[in-house]
Amino acid sequence: MLVLTAVGALGGLTLLLATGLVLANRRLYVEEDERFDVVEDMLPLSNCGACGYPGCRAFAEALVTGESQPGKCTVSTDLAREAIAGYLGVDVGAEERQVVRLACAGGSNVARNHAHYSGHQSCQSAALVAGGGKGCFWGCLGLGDCERVCEFDAINMSRDSLPVVDEELCTACGDCIEICPKDLFSLHPVSHRLWVPCSNKEAGDELLADCEVACTACERCVMDAPPGLITMRDNLPVVNYEGPHATTKPIERCPTGAIIWIEPDGRVVKGDAAVRVLRHAPLPDAPT
Amino acid sequence: MLSLLRRYPSFTHGVHLPDAKDDTCQEAIRQFPFAPVLVVPLSQHAGKPSVPTVREGEEVSRGQCIAAADGFVSVPQHAPVTGTVRRIGLAPSIAGAMTPAIYLEPYPGSSQEVAEGEPCNIDQSTPDDIVAAIQAAGIVGLGGAAFPTHVKLRPPDGKVMEVLMINGVECEPYLTTDHRVMLEQTDDVHTGIRYLLKATGATRAIIGIEANKLDAVDALRAAIPADLPVSVEPVAVKYPQGAEKMLITALLDREVPSSGLPLDVGVVVVNVATTAEIGRLLPHGRGIQERVVTISGPAVGRKGNYRIPIGTPLRFALEQVDLSPDVSRVFLGGPMMGQALSSLDIPITKGTSGFVAFTSAETRASPSEQPCIRCAYCVDACPIHLNPSQLGLLAMNAEYDRMADEFNLMDCFECGSCAYVCPSHIPLVQRFRVAKAIVRKRRAA
Repeated sequence: MLVLTAVGALGGLTLLLATGLVLANRRLYVEEDERFDVVEDMLPLSNCGACGYPGCRAFAEALVTGESQPGKCTVSTDLAREAIAGYLGVDVGAEERQVVRLACAGGSNVARNHAHYSGHQSCQSAALVAGGGKGCFWGCLGLGDCERVCEFDAINMSRDSLPVVDEELCTACGDCIEICPKDLFSLHPVSHRLWVPCSNKEAGDELLADCEVACTACERCVMDAPPGLITMRDNLPVVNYEGPHATTKPIERCPTGAIIWIEPDGRVVKGDAAVRVLRHAPLPDAPT
Repeated sequence: MLSLLRRYPSFTHGVHLPDAKDDTCQEAIRQFPFAPVLVVPLSQHAGKPSVPTVREGEEVSRGQCIAAADGFVSVPQHAPVTGTVRRIGLAPSIAGAMTPAIYLEPYPGSSQEVAEGEPCNIDQSTPDDIVAAIQAAGIVGLGGAAFPTHVKLRPPDGKVMEVLMINGVECEPYLTTDHRVMLEQTDDVHTGIRYLLKATGATRAIIGIEANKLDAVDALRAAIPADLPVSVEPVAVKYPQGAEKMLITALLDREVPSSGLPLDVGVVVVNVATTAEIGRLLPHGRGIQERVVTISGPAVGRKGNYRIPIGTPLRFALEQVDLSPDVSRVFLGGPMMGQALSSLDIPITKGTSGFVAFTSAETRASPSEQPCIRCAYCVDACPIHLNPSQLGLLAMNAEYDRMADEFNLMDCFECGSCAYVCPSHIPLVQRFRVAKAIVRKRRAA
């Protein structure tokens, strides 16, 4: 009898609560556009944030409501973007793909260290100890914080301890921009082919003792470029990407290769006058 | 023997370090020669850089103002030597960055004479006059932080400065500059206190000195003028006793609130060497153009305390003291909170309290990092009662915002006690410095 009472009481309670839940589900159900799920599944689901929204779900919602355009997702392939545009019946949107570029070419084979850093192996830590010990204060420290932070394997350290960005894999999420203590990364549309891989704010040939590929602020590129394309700021050439800039003219006479042309396949083209670096061994530390 | 049994006031937690001060604490301060070129950085202090008031090629005399303060949170610079301005350009700084500096070339046979300026008469000056005179003398915290002293003396409205605390603790190993200043410039210290009391309106002053410098306690006590409300208090020998929050806890039993200032508990803390410099310079209307620096460490032949002109290149200074050729690392400041240097071309600035050079025998690479075993040694060591173990794990996962928001990361003043005691050799304080840099970067963005 006791058993029956217990089973009956609990069974009744279960039924009562279940009914409550069913009713609550009916009353409080949130109608959601089923297209959110579909579009989200069509996105790469990398949640990188490059589109400006906090994750792919938020971006999918923005797409369905017409707030954004599929082209804003730089991680998707062209096919996937067109598929989303076709499904929603909207325009793909002409967002140009962006990639990060590194404003330094001073690998261990061309740039000297003044002091040897042997502490915690991270650029961020090294930069806090007297700048990291590199002869050029602005240069890449080469300890690979950017390689570790990149979730898309788009950054690999070269044998000269310099990060190399794979433009195919880069999603422009900006994690490397934040982690780099020397602020060497910046976002650029892939069509920007003219690039200054140097951040040294000093001028003069003495710089070459610390880095063979530093910009010495000789201003030959300014002279050779079409008027107005290149101006000097802080002893560095600044390319004006607003106007036409698809010319290799400025790189031709650069003595150090501090202004380069990047081919669509990622190959770096230096001018004929640029010093040829064939060495692949690290330079010894500068005498103190 | 009795002194060994006596317990001096202190804070809870902290670490006991070998103090390594015996090599230099008996060495009287000696004057340093002029280097062939002196480099005076325009930014030797926290705040806006000074603005040069001289041109290239101009002649300057020792003690003359060569760069003016740019606003209130800034100080002027004074020529450390009589000579010519060779150029105004970039020079390497302690942090590694290139910063603007004035290059001075001394005249051969330059004398150490300094011309008298407009004296600041304490009886006829208002507190505002004294604050202005301290700024005009270019005085910054000589303990190492180089924060302009006059800014501390002007509190925001509604804050009252009740106690003036003079920090003569000097808890960093190897450094003995403050110790020598207290022994040799006792009268300057008391004159400085007189100026500071008038400027702040504080009713009394306390000089806190670590109990390994009892001779300085005796010297300062013996020299107290009858009308000056000063007491000299020894505190326990423990690192980091010299941090101002720790000193306030030890002597007044008041706790500075999280992310607050000593001002929040009615205290203003001034370093003892800074106080002595105020007492030495203000009665003559001079500016700061030299400072006392300890040069010590196993790689230094002539260890000691030297009065070195501001702007002397470190390379020149080390040549004068017989640096061993086997030197492998030079620290600016002490070994705990000091900076390893990447260049010997940096100049000595107002914030340089000393440097320590080690040979390769002392600077072995640290043993490799092991996993945290949750022994909580770091928790017991942290003087501000953070949880370094938890913070270290969060840092490994790059959860910097959580470290700052939930675990008070920004209260960490990087004393390094946690990394010093960690038996797993985890670079805790190094990770916190990285985390703080990133949090600051994010908050600024």
